[in-house]
Amino acid sequence: MSAISIGENQIEISDDCSLCGICVDACEFGALSLPEVAKGPVEDLLSYRGVWVYAEWRQGKVHNVSHELLSVGRLLADKRGVELGAVLLGSNIDDEACRELISYGAEVVYVVDRPELGNFTDERYSKCVVELVNRKRPEILLAGATSIGRSFVPRVAALLRTGLTADCTHLDIGDDGLLLQTRPAFGGNVMATIICPNRRPQMATVRPKVMKPVKKEAQQGRIERMELPDGCFEARVEVLEVIEEQDQTAKLTEADVIVSGGRGLRNGDNFSIIAELAALLGGAVGASRGAVEDGWMAPSHQVGQTGRTVAPTLYMAVGISGAVQHLVGMQGSQVIVAVNKDPHAPIFDVATYGVVADLFEFIPAFVRRIKRERGV
Amino acid sequence: MHIVVCIKQVPDTKNVRIDPDTHTLVRQGVESIINPFDMFAMEAALKCKDQSGARVTVITMGPPQACEALRDTLGLGADDAVLLSDRAFAGSDTWATATTLAAAIRKIGDVDMIVCGKQAVDGDTAQVGPEMAALLDIPYATFVKKIEMEPNGSLRVVRQTDEGVEVWKLRLPALVTVIKEIGDPRVPSLRHKMRAKKTQIPVWGVADLDLDPDRTGLCGSFTQVVHVFSPPRRSSRIQLEGSTENQAEQLFQYLKKSGIPGL
Repeated sequence: MSAISIGENQIEISDDCSLCGICVDACEFGALSLPEVAKGPVEDLLSYRGVWVYAEWRQGKVHNVSHELLSVGRLLADKRGVELGAVLLGSNIDDEACRELISYGAEVVYVVDRPELGNFTDERYSKCVVELVNRKRPEILLAGATSIGRSFVPRVAALLRTGLTADCTHLDIGDDGLLLQTRPAFGGNVMATIICPNRRPQMATVRPKVMKPVKKEAQQGRIERMELPDGCFEARVEVLEVIEEQDQTAKLTEADVIVSGGRGLRNGDNFSIIAELAALLGGAVGASRGAVEDGWMAPSHQVGQTGRTVAPTLYMAVGISGAVQHLVGMQGSQVIVAVNKDPHAPIFDVATYGVVADLFEFIPAFVRRIKRERGV
Repeated sequence: MHIVVCIKQVPDTKNVRIDPDTHTLVRQGVESIINPFDMFAMEAALKCKDQSGARVTVITMGPPQACEALRDTLGLGADDAVLLSDRAFAGSDTWATATTLAAAIRKIGDVDMIVCGKQAVDGDTAQVGPEMAALLDIPYATFVKKIEMEPNGSLRVVRQTDEGVEVWKLRLPALVTVIKEIGDPRVPSLRHKMRAKKTQIPVWGVADLDLDPDRTGLCGSFTQVVHVFSPPRRSSRIQLEGSTENQAEQLFQYLKKSGIPGL
């Protein structure tokens, strides 16, 4: 807080102030405040009602993150006493997919089913969502922080001229009825709670695998198939090819289990140890920056600041010392296992289970133990 | 062909630490670096320049010291740089930042392509690029790992998704956000560094961009941070003891109990 100094009986703020707001929280006397953010007409805000979840349609099925979002959306809608809606865009959408969304808490599913929506494009998807929002006016709109959500939802927010909070890990409704959006920043080293007081809808993307999907078998809901103007389906982008990654061990952001290797493996060939364990757990193979820079693994496997940010159920760091740049890319994982020879390696600071051992002995022993359980 | 690269100065996370008493970020004495993803954006633009002789202009919004970062990009081979700096820009959220950058792009005028890094490593939002494209009403592609110029005023890009890769064709003008696979940043050359020293870097404020001060900075932002805190501590680590076989057995039991899929 170097921008604050005490002058003659008053606080002076220098030009170094970035208006980050940390001082407002830190001041015990409540003497500090920030200027207010942009205001809109209040009566306009009240005309927005309902919570919406953007349901992600991929290769003919709804992605898990949509079920997670509906479950948290259900809680928010109940607190607000409003309806929970789901928006499903795609082509050849069957009613069964919609009923599944209802079973996770949606009271209404708005479907836009057009051949032009078969492949994802930011322009078409954002125009459709904007059109639906303008017609129905939900107060909250949530989407998964996936490669699709994080790409087109900023365009939706900008076209609607409203705020958007990225990659939230916690959502709640405040006493004043506003959506409290909590997210990590600086690679998870600080958390910030953010509001969008004067614009609607309040929009957030939500990190996958953080919220728990809850199925409600008795839930009733309706399906509304929507006709939108042709302009919504025009785009200046052409999708030439969609190539699905065949190697399941390379799909890092989708994996429930990731086994990552670092320089402790000594050479690229030894990554076979990591690959065997990952395959056994049905997981993906990650790598530290060091391992990628030495050419042992392709850059698409890199976990960390300049690689992928991952938050699987289980993350195993094998022979990785744990530089800050690596930690920020994986410390959101639920269970972290660190295997390293050096008991002082920083990776142990974030580990749930620490194994100080020679990885060349430990990993084969762990693999044998799993195989024994399965009787192979 | 005129390419604009948008960069951001960020604290070097290697040195970021949390004050144990106030639980706030200690930024004092922390060195600033160019956001690593923006270095990939620079590389993407300079590759296009190598191939087709494009002109590359770099812009950043930030305090006066951000000029240093711009000079570094001139050392890499950028042709021009502009600093967007004004008290009125302070406290911008992604919307207000995108508004300001878009105004600068409009003032620059003849821009064919805008390149941004996927996200900044301090805020991690990945929103400013797409929001800027929306404000300028141009198409964009995110998470791009390969860019090819097509002769007919379009761009062919390969983008990384959660599921694999996609090949897209974009009509110019367009915006792309890039990831590491685009290529490692080059090192500055002596020739470019000499020129960089002499290059004038104009500074544009609210008035130069013809922006209403109420639409910039914190006043022009839609989102507001109401609370900043340290993340809850992870439950303390369980250190496994004993022989290798013993440790493997313990880990197996712990993970099985945690309900890890596959065990």
